[in-house]
Amino acid sequence: MKLRPLLFAPLLALAGTAAHADVTLLNVSYDVMRDFYKDYNPLFQQAYQAKTGERVTVQQSHGGSSKQALSVVGGLAADVITMNQATDIDLLADKGLLPANWARRLPNDSVPFNSITVFLVRKGNPKAIRDWNDLVRPGVQVIVPNPKTSGNGRYTYLAAWGQALRQPGGSEAKARDFVSRLFRNVPVLDSGGRAATTTFIQRQVGDVLVTFENEAEMVAREFGRGGFDVVYPKLSVLAENPVALVDKVVDKKGTRQAADAYLRQLWSVEGQTVAAQNYLRPQHPQVAARYAAQFPPVKTFRVAEVFGSWRAAMKTHFADGGVFDQIYAKK
Amino acid sequence: MSDVSSRATAEAAWVRVALTTLALAFVALFLLVPLAAVFWEAFSKGWQLYVDSLTEPEAWSAIKLTLLTAAFAVPLNLVFGVAAAWAIARFEFRGKSFLVTLIDLPFSVSPVVAGLMYMLLFGAQGWLGPWLAEHDVKIVFAVPGIVLATVFVTFPFVARELIPLMQAQGADEEQAAMVLGASGWQTFWRVTLPNVKWGLLYGVILTNARAMGEFGAVSVVSGHIRGETNTIPLHVEILYNEYNFVGAFACASLLAFLALLTLVVKSLVEWKIARAQAASLNRTREARLASA
Repeated sequence: MKLRPLLFAPLLALAGTAAHADVTLLNVSYDVMRDFYKDYNPLFQQAYQAKTGERVTVQQSHGGSSKQALSVVGGLAADVITMNQATDIDLLADKGLLPANWARRLPNDSVPFNSITVFLVRKGNPKAIRDWNDLVRPGVQVIVPNPKTSGNGRYTYLAAWGQALRQPGGSEAKARDFVSRLFRNVPVLDSGGRAATTTFIQRQVGDVLVTFENEAEMVAREFGRGGFDVVYPKLSVLAENPVALVDKVVDKKGTRQAADAYLRQLWSVEGQTVAAQNYLRPQHPQVAARYAAQFPPVKTFRVAEVFGSWRAAMKTHFADGGVFDQIYAKK
Repeated sequence: MSDVSSRATAEAAWVRVALTTLALAFVALFLLVPLAAVFWEAFSKGWQLYVDSLTEPEAWSAIKLTLLTAAFAVPLNLVFGVAAAWAIARFEFRGKSFLVTLIDLPFSVSPVVAGLMYMLLFGAQGWLGPWLAEHDVKIVFAVPGIVLATVFVTFPFVARELIPLMQAQGADEEQAAMVLGASGWQTFWRVTLPNVKWGLLYGVILTNARAMGEFGAVSVVSGHIRGETNTIPLHVEILYNEYNFVGAFACASLLAFLALLTLVVKSLVEWKIARAQAASLNRTREARLASA
C-alpha cells in the first residue's frame, strides 16, 4: 500500500508542465531537413509574432519521407508537410487530406528550394570518379539508399536513367542497361538517405556515395573537409522539395492562417538565405546570386521533363514488379 | 560425496583456466566493453556537454514521457498480472490454457507488429479511427497510444513471474486462513500478497525495465514529434542519425544507468527471495516437527 503514492508521484509532477502558447504547428518532414528547420523556425516565430502578436510553437517530426507521409495518412496531425518529392504529398491528396491541386497554391509549384544529386568520394578521389560513367566501372562500389523506400534513392535512380537517355545515341534500352550496371555495383541498399550516409562515413563501405547536395555538404561540414570531396556530375536531376498545407488538419485545429504564413515565409529573402546556408539551392534570384559561389552550376533536368510526371515515374519504375524490381532481381 | 564431486570437476588445470578465461573474455567482449563504450562516448566531450544534452528541452521531454509511460504501464500490469496469476494458479476453469497462451502473446508477437495492430485499430484509416476523430479522441501519435503499446509489450512479465511461484506455494495457507474465518480480501492482503511479494516486485522491476526501453512498438505509434511523443529510446535513435553522438550516448547512458540500477535492485530482491524461501522452509519443517 505504501507504494501507491510513490507510483503516482511522477504523474502529478508531469501534469503541470505542458508549455502554453497561442498556436502550435506540427511540421512533418523527411529525414535530413532538421538542420534547416531548426534555423528557420525561430525566424518564422519572430516574424509572425511581430506581425500578428501571436506566439507560435513549431513542433518537428522527422523520418523516412514515405513513412512520414503514411503517418499523416494514419492520423498524425500535421499542419504542414515538407517532403522531397511530390508523390508523398499526392498520397495525402488521394486520401482527401488536401486538394489535388495543392502544388498550385504556392509559388514555383510549391517548391521553395531545390537540391541536386551529387557524388561524395573519399579524399583525393582515389577511384577517379568524375561523372556517371565512372560509377558503372567494375570494381567501383556505389552507396545508394533503396529507391523503393527512399526519395533520395529514387532521385539517384532517375538521375542515372535520365542522363543515360540524354547521351548521344541514348535510348530507353541503353538507359535501362546503364542503371542495371550501376545497381550491380551497389553492395548494400539502405532504407533511407541518412542510413546510406552512415554506411559510407561510419562503416567506411564503398567508394562513392550518391546523395543530395545538401546532405553531401552536411557530411563535409560535420566530419571535416579533410576526409571527403564532393564531385559534381555534368548532368543531374533537380530534386524538388515541395511543401503543403494539410487542409483537413488546419481547418480542424483552426491554424490555417499561421500554417499558411509559415509556408509562405519560406520564399522570403530571410527564409531563402537560411536555405542557402544549409546548402539548399534557393529560388529567390537575389539570394541565389549572393550564394552563387557555393553552388557550382550543373545542368539539371526535372523528373516531369524526362518521365512525364512523378506519378508516371513511380508507376513504371518503383511499383511492385516495376523496372527497378526487374533490374534488381537480375543482380 | 566430496570425492565424486571433486573427481567430476578434476579437469586438467589448463582446461579449467582456458574455459574460465574464454567465458570471462566473452562476457567482457559482449557485455562490459559495449557498456563501457556507451559511457565513454557519452563523456567524450566532457561533463558539461553531457549535462547539456540531458537537460536540453527535447531530451528532457523524452525523459519525462518515458517516466510517464512507465508510471502508467507498471501499475496497470501490476494489477492485471496479480489478478491473472491468482485466477490461473488458484482456480480451475474452462479456457484456462487459452488464457495462459493469451498472456504469453506479447512475448511471441514482434513489437513492430504490436504497434501496427494499434495503428490498424486506432489510426485515421483504422477501424475506430473515424469515430475517434469525430469525438476528438487522440490515441495513436499521442501519449495514450504510446502507453497502450507499452502496456501490451510488458503485459506478461508480472503474471509470468507469479504463476509458477503461486503454483509451487499451493493454496494450503489460504485455505487455513479461510477456515479460520478470514474474508476473501483479508486472505488476499494478509496471506496471498505477503507470500508472493518478492516475486511480485521482481515482475514489477522487469516490467519497468522493458517499459522504459521499448523501441519497436512505440516507434510505430509515436509519430516522432520532437518534444512531444519521443521517448528516450526514440530520442537516442534520432540523435544518432543526426550525428549528435554525444547527445545520443548521453541519453543511452541514462537508459543504461537505469538498467544497471534495475539490475542492482533485482539482485537485492533475488537475495531477499532466497532468504524468504529458506525461512519459510524452516518454518514448515518446524511446524511438521511440532505436529509430529
